[in-house]
Amino acid sequence: MAIIQPVAGELEPHPDVALVERVRAGDVAAYDALVRKYERQIFRISQHITQNREDAEDVVQDAFLKAYEKLDQFQGNSKFYTWLVRIAVNESLMRLRKRRTGKMVSIDEDITTDEGSVPRDLADWAPDPEQNYGQAELAEILRKTIQGLPQGFRIVFVLRDVEGLSTEETAETLGLSIPAVKSRLLRARLQLRERLSRYFHRRKTGKGASSKEKSPEETIPAKAGVEKQ
Amino acid sequence: MTCKEFLALLDDLIDDTVSAETRAELEGHLGRCGHCEVVFNTTRKTIEIYRSHEIYELPTGLRDRLHAAIMARCKKGCS
Repeated sequence: MAIIQPVAGELEPHPDVALVERVRAGDVAAYDALVRKYERQIFRISQHITQNREDAEDVVQDAFLKAYEKLDQFQGNSKFYTWLVRIAVNESLMRLRKRRTGKMVSIDEDITTDEGSVPRDLADWAPDPEQNYGQAELAEILRKTIQGLPQGFRIVFVLRDVEGLSTEETAETLGLSIPAVKSRLLRARLQLRERLSRYFHRRKTGKGASSKEKSPEETIPAKAGVEKQ
Repeated sequence: MTCKEFLALLDDLIDDTVSAETRAELEGHLGRCGHCEVVFNTTRKTIEIYRSHEIYELPTGLRDRLHAAIMARCKKGCS
């Protein structure tokens, strides 16, 4: 692939480039700025992979420290953010391996399922279905639903759809081919849609049911268990 | 266009990476197929909901601990 040189006035350098240069010159405050900019994303990604808050906190710390120490190795031909995400993904997978001693952990596990690849639930959702739940309840539904996805689908969905990496960046970060990322993304989206349909269906009208009412099976326990993969 | 063909291009339609010609075909199918219309709309909504709700909030104190760790590490080398 040809290297495209930025042309002055046509392509603005990414604002992180200047911050990285300042850190390299010894300005640690510039690194604090990078931390503040990306700590939320890195925590979310680590939490989605490790599914454990303590591990995710450790990963955030380790990833930012490692990036700081290895900044000289950062080539600048990818974005600082995607480079940082790659470090965090690797650290997260390492933590997961430690927790599951003796068991292989890879982003390839559990992806043989065909679940959700053909939509089965074809009933429409209520308009603005999230309005039927309180913030905490909705967050619990979203957590529980995404935790149930196979790891290899969940990581692709999170990087691509939640954290805004491109297909190419996601492929590079995870060491997957572009077709593999695309196929996993489609199945992740369809599986999540299928699982969320349980909660977001348009309520049946009649018998005076209002859109605010929920049937017992649609409410979830205060502390929902994490589905085992 | 069949539903299977539509589904194979669903992501490209959602991500807006299709040609104008393909888009017209996909939208034509959507106009005729209620099931695919539901799948398209609810899949788009799924992505939007996950994108707009922060389901894992940054733990309090993490930033301070991280800052302290970085300062400790850089004592050797940085100003």
